[in-house]
Amino acid sequence: MTFRFPTARLASGSTADFALPGPQDIHRVPLDNGLVLLSRHHPHSPSVVVRGLLFAGAYWDPPQKMGLAAFTASMLKQGTQRYSHREIADLLESRGASLNLAGHFHTVGFGGQALSEDLPLLLELLAQVLQAPTFPPEEVEKRRAQILTSLDLRAQDPAAMADLTFDAILYRSHPYARPEEGFPETIQAVSREDLRAFHARHYGPRRMILVVVGAVPPAQVEDLVRRYFEAWHNPKQPAEPELPPVPPLKSAVRRFVPIPEKSQADLVLGVVGPRRNSPDYFPAALGNSILGRFGLMGRLGDVVREQAGLAYYVYSALNAGLGPGPWDVHAGVAPHHVPQALDLILGEIRRFISEPVTEEELNDVKAAALGRLPLSLETNAGVAGALLNMELYGLGLDYLQRYPEWIRRVTREDVLETARRYWDPDRLAIAVAGPAFPGSENWPQGAPTPEWFL
Amino acid sequence: MTSLHMLAPNVYHTTLANGLTVLLKPLPTAPVVSHWIWYKVGSRDEPTGRTGASHWVEHMLFKGTPKFPAGVLDKAISRTGGYWNAFTYMDWTTYFETLPAEHVRLALELEADRMVNALFEPKEVESERTVILSERQGHENEPLFLLGEEVQAAAFRVHPYHHEIIGDTADLERMTRDDLYAHYRTYYRPNNAVLALAGAFDPKSMLTEIRRYFEDLEPGPEPPRLERPEPPQRGERRVEVRGPGETFFVQVAYKVPRAANADFFSLLVLASLFTGPVNLNLFGSGITNHTSRLYQALVETRQAVGVGGSLSATLDPYLYWMIITVHPDSDPDTVLRTLADEVARLQEQGPRPEELERARRQAQALFAYGSESITNQAFWLGYSAMFADYAWFAEFLPRLNAVTADDVRRVAQTYLQPHRRVVGVYLPTGGQA
Repeated sequence: MTFRFPTARLASGSTADFALPGPQDIHRVPLDNGLVLLSRHHPHSPSVVVRGLLFAGAYWDPPQKMGLAAFTASMLKQGTQRYSHREIADLLESRGASLNLAGHFHTVGFGGQALSEDLPLLLELLAQVLQAPTFPPEEVEKRRAQILTSLDLRAQDPAAMADLTFDAILYRSHPYARPEEGFPETIQAVSREDLRAFHARHYGPRRMILVVVGAVPPAQVEDLVRRYFEAWHNPKQPAEPELPPVPPLKSAVRRFVPIPEKSQADLVLGVVGPRRNSPDYFPAALGNSILGRFGLMGRLGDVVREQAGLAYYVYSALNAGLGPGPWDVHAGVAPHHVPQALDLILGEIRRFISEPVTEEELNDVKAAALGRLPLSLETNAGVAGALLNMELYGLGLDYLQRYPEWIRRVTREDVLETARRYWDPDRLAIAVAGPAFPGSENWPQGAPTPEWFL
Repeated sequence: MTSLHMLAPNVYHTTLANGLTVLLKPLPTAPVVSHWIWYKVGSRDEPTGRTGASHWVEHMLFKGTPKFPAGVLDKAISRTGGYWNAFTYMDWTTYFETLPAEHVRLALELEADRMVNALFEPKEVESERTVILSERQGHENEPLFLLGEEVQAAAFRVHPYHHEIIGDTADLERMTRDDLYAHYRTYYRPNNAVLALAGAFDPKSMLTEIRRYFEDLEPGPEPPRLERPEPPQRGERRVEVRGPGETFFVQVAYKVPRAANADFFSLLVLASLFTGPVNLNLFGSGITNHTSRLYQALVETRQAVGVGGSLSATLDPYLYWMIITVHPDSDPDTVLRTLADEVARLQEQGPRPEELERARRQAQALFAYGSESITNQAFWLGYSAMFADYAWFAEFLPRLNAVTADDVRRVAQTYLQPHRRVVGVYLPTGGQA
């Protein structure tokens, strides 16, 4: 391409002020109670985004009450000492603002958006729902019915059941095996007292991260956060112990969950991958991009979807987080195509660990990783996500400045060695859910039950 | 020489000699450009036997031209760090690329090329047939797709809004390469398209670049349209769908006017206070609907576990529908009685002032959120041209703010009538094997 965009003419007073967030404009304020605030000012935006997390996730679920942490998180907006559920909804919705909370394995994440002038309201509500929820009995039962309905729908959803089964057979005795949303039986076993006790013990400011991005100056953000969060303490809040190692599979494990009367089968297969802060992360991420993302979903998309026309979707995902998340392949295929699609996917995995990626493939995914930066940081929400990751994974405030170097440094040999360290076609977990397919009668069958995890 | 004129503050418009409409919105907030091309073709243009042709053609435009063979462009776009996609709707088909600003020429070149040069190789057509049948099978896994398809078919006996955008399996199995290619050649013409760009560029230089790629494309005859207006409905219609699961769903769809009708804005306010904020942005809003009347009447009373609404901006009269996930301890008849009471209450008393105020504030906030993203800004430029014009978008907030309580009561009385609706119920047949 010889075309050069006339950026010089535009630069005066325009994109010249677009710079990657970094130490020069990220304001990081650790409070004495353990909460860390990060904010970045975006004066031209009419709105403001709040994101963050605290460590009150499903890690702490008792096996008989799987889903307790997620149930607790979903109750926070249902009533607090100062506001009823209806009042919270009214305050948010009458201003066009949003505030959402969701429980994950390690953390409870929250996110909200409002017009700039409504930031004080958003932070006050966030403080109320995190610090003073009341778990009104009638709201507990309303929520329980909603969760039970969503679990009924999950049991009929092949993609969700393939995911759940895959985690269970890959991680087995490790805590990552358990579904964060629980099962109907374990949700029925949760009492209002369980919810109150879980909140009292696990919600606190220690290691909490709060990110604010938008048209509110940092000094004002800090004042507001101090006003609503500085006095919060919870001496009972326990530190999360180190995760146990994941016991390696000794052979391939497969399982089929029959869901008759569906038209499509969903499959998930894969291995345990690296943590986000592992030195393997960048070679794994670039390798994963080649395997199942770049272009129309990488090599897998080329072979399974484009050439064979076998699937509506196929991709691979590297779920590197605080712990060793799965590195997996997902596909949706017609039932009679399942065996052929599995063969093609396994063929690509064998190739991935037997020969280095080409120079061209690696250069492509490196260029993509670098070019994506300005696009991913275009909105307040994009910047807030980047800041949250910097803090959560200890990447440093200059992470985006150093990022190009991390990418450039990765070699073809790094990608191959990393792929070999994690992938072994003879030790995969493979889960399929949906209608019967050719050969499925020879697979171990049935969805995981709560007893698996006791 | 074509020249630009201002359509609204900071929005430039021109029409090239071949009929291509060009809309430009310079936004210097980030070094990013979003490039959209819109064609006035969708499932409304498909006769019986060719249902799904527009969506299939959209897929084929990713399958290569002589200049850019299949797969080359996916990689070229990805390499810049940008992304691209396409959407087929009832009234239109659109293709977009969002890229670092210095790569915008790639988008211009590829879209001008595939407007006329897509290959439709027989082998690629066959492979895509499997992919689309598989996409349809994926949809059929979802109870709400099965229900929605039947409700829509019951609502439109004559008008081509009758069928789903993806098409009917019978047609997807039988349509030929030549059927698809003819559809493509008929509707993919500069005089049937709108090009819309937003982002970090100078409008005059951008127009020069656009002309370099698009000006030589040949215009075609005015594309044919199926003129099949839906006759008046003469009574309530009911459909049942049986399928796996444990959960009842109720979908109630009322016939409402097209987006260009003056009543559409009153209906937006009605929908906002009845089932929750209507977000016409490309991406989700996250504003909940717990203060909406139907949520209060159904979820707070444990007749339902969830309530949602949908009102779409369309070229012809379409539907305002609500979907209710029935509480395990309730049933569809109870839910429908409550809905009837709520409709009657709105028709008799109209909305309260604070409900109107909330609807306005939500629309204002959604506008602010949407304006943050360059992709969404470019989307609106072309999208509004598909069912009205840019003025529809530019005047959106003032017109919404002008809606009165009497307007809302009047449209409730006019449109939320039993003889204008279809009631659909999903009857679950029980658990899994």
